[in-house]
Amino acid sequence: MERNGRDSSLSEEKFAIMAKDPRWRMVNRTIRQGGNQADALIETLHAVQDSFGFLDRESMEYVANALGVPFSLVYSVATFYHYFTLKPAGEHTCVVCLGTACYIGGSQAILEHIEEQTGIKPGETTGDGRFSLLIARCFGSCGLAPAAAFDGQVTGRLNPQSVVKRIWEWTGHDA
Amino acid sequence: MMLEEFNQIGISERERQQAYRYHLRVCGAAGCLSCGSGELKEALEKEVDRQSMTGQVEVKSVGCLGLCTAGPLVQVEPGGVLYQQLHVSDATAVVASLASGPAAGLCCPTDQHFFSRQTKIVLENCGRIDPERIEEYIACQGYTALYRALRELTPREIIDEITASGLRGRGGAGYPTGLKWTTVSKAISENKFVICNGDEGDPGAFMDRSVLESDPHRVLEGMIIAGYATGAHTGFIYVRAEYPLAVKRLRKALSQAERLGILGKNIFNSGFGFDIQVRLGAGAFVCGEETALIASIEGRTGRPRSRPPYPAESGLKGYPTLINNVETLANIAPIIRHGGDWFSSIGTEKSKGTKVFALAGRVRNTGLIEVPMGTSLRDIVFEIGGGIPGNGTFKAVQTGGPSGGCVPAQYLDMPVDYESLAGVGSIMGSGGMIVMDQSSCMVDVARFFMEFCRTESCGKCLPCRVGTAQIHNILSRIASGFGRSADLAAVEELCDLVKNTSLCGLGQTAPNPVLSTLRYFREEYLSHIEGKRCLAGSCLVSSAREVL
Repeated sequence: MERNGRDSSLSEEKFAIMAKDPRWRMVNRTIRQGGNQADALIETLHAVQDSFGFLDRESMEYVANALGVPFSLVYSVATFYHYFTLKPAGEHTCVVCLGTACYIGGSQAILEHIEEQTGIKPGETTGDGRFSLLIARCFGSCGLAPAAAFDGQVTGRLNPQSVVKRIWEWTGHDA
Repeated sequence: MMLEEFNQIGISERERQQAYRYHLRVCGAAGCLSCGSGELKEALEKEVDRQSMTGQVEVKSVGCLGLCTAGPLVQVEPGGVLYQQLHVSDATAVVASLASGPAAGLCCPTDQHFFSRQTKIVLENCGRIDPERIEEYIACQGYTALYRALRELTPREIIDEITASGLRGRGGAGYPTGLKWTTVSKAISENKFVICNGDEGDPGAFMDRSVLESDPHRVLEGMIIAGYATGAHTGFIYVRAEYPLAVKRLRKALSQAERLGILGKNIFNSGFGFDIQVRLGAGAFVCGEETALIASIEGRTGRPRSRPPYPAESGLKGYPTLINNVETLANIAPIIRHGGDWFSSIGTEKSKGTKVFALAGRVRNTGLIEVPMGTSLRDIVFEIGGGIPGNGTFKAVQTGGPSGGCVPAQYLDMPVDYESLAGVGSIMGSGGMIVMDQSSCMVDVARFFMEFCRTESCGKCLPCRVGTAQIHNILSRIASGFGRSADLAAVEELCDLVKNTSLCGLGQTAPNPVLSTLRYFREEYLSHIEGKRCLAGSCLVSSAREVL
């Protein structure tokens, strides 16, 4: 990967090391497909998140360098869009859908029950790193409301108890 | 590709299908997949093998069969028997039933209004073809409209046909499609773009997702025709990253079309070339707004800018850009195939054709439906939707998502079209339709949508950024029983301000859910404020009272 950047926060050596890292292969391919152009920024951040699960400072600096844009632009895009996360998720994730159909179907009660039982709020991960709770605007699975995605698998017609039971299977509840 | 080669693809595909005696169409749209239709399909394939019917039975994954609530669904051809809520263990009975007649107890009645009252144009291939095979699309007259457009019609003739059809934008605003195309085609520029807006951000809407998942080639065909008609050679499909299956099928459809030369240079030897790229959204509702969407495709934060200039004059990278919604583009091929007059014979005087709705909420038959414009809300909710489950009472139907409003029972007989919905304070929107019964509190629903708009406001203009937050604060206060008598007047004043002074559609329409609930359900607001009581019994105010 060519260094295209004017941002000096990432050293030449560090950039060269990262560019050779196999985990960056997917990302580098996306950057090349986009012709190293700044308008491929969102695509590139998707590729980073697909490879690493989240965007950290170092990876955002790498993208800024590769695309030749200021770090501030990368950071503003990464924080503007809800899909990008700057924090690593836990081993397992539960995304509760808060779309309209799910909401009137009782997803708020599901969310509150999870918060009560796990002690974490949306966007947080349990202390042991086993479980993250997230919320979504709408999966488009409104016919199955209320729905949630367990490790990416959308499941519908849930209730507070059934959701928490699934989570305990991951976290090993003592009760 | 020559016409003979192209026709041969359809002929070979039809022959391939006719070689099978039976067809099992397994719904492979996101709804049924999450009910286990993937495993079900595997089980059916194994069972066909076990009952030695290989070669006689085709098991294939198709797009949305519509009735999501009864998923996973499997349709049997010939005969059209529909099986519902199947488990892997039902596979034996389903395959055995092919010879012996419908398996009792598993059938979903197909004579119900849910199926008989629909008119399918956009969804004509949904549930019939395998969306991952271009051959099946071609076998159902796919790309014949493109062939005709490129080889027999001039751009002017195509635009005239679209104008004559009376098609209006299906993204919600209802701008005449023919007029938009005319503006872009008349713009003089060395470069133009076509963008398909698949950023279906409304919570409670899944029409575009279903179309992209069930019949992606139809959207591509519409885009290429739009490119030819307006003089563009590059298209972008902007689709939500939250729809991985739609993205996967779109990418597959693109590579299949490229392989056959239906995309690329010199399509059908016409001299016209067109390329399409997929661009992923990243979870920002405001990107459904066209100038924000363009900013996002350019890799920037999705903040709208003031118009004019409209994208038709100065859009992507400053070039004239045509932006149409997924469903709008899905209507193009049938209009070219059957003519604008045919299309304009369906629907009402000002709203032509059909509209796809995502029916959800407190209604028996949730799922994807397509009805002629002008169908009454009562028909949609009670005939097609089957009414309210569990002895519930209909309270309102919410259309247009966070930009729309709640339509109460007294307007159930109103025809659904752009003007009628606007007349009662809602909008057509993209097609989300959420039915609510007595258990839904209208103050809470208004608060829910305002919370959405507050979070999704891009922050560029002050009325939207601050106004939505202030309205949300007051609504939360009312919902939790701490409302004051002056609150309603304050909310109304703020709504007026946000509606009239915001920069883009997000802010301009954000007050709609509040204003429409205030208009039709004011007593619910008053009971929260004066009686500290939630009439629906769903707000925290009721539990707060119990604690006291």
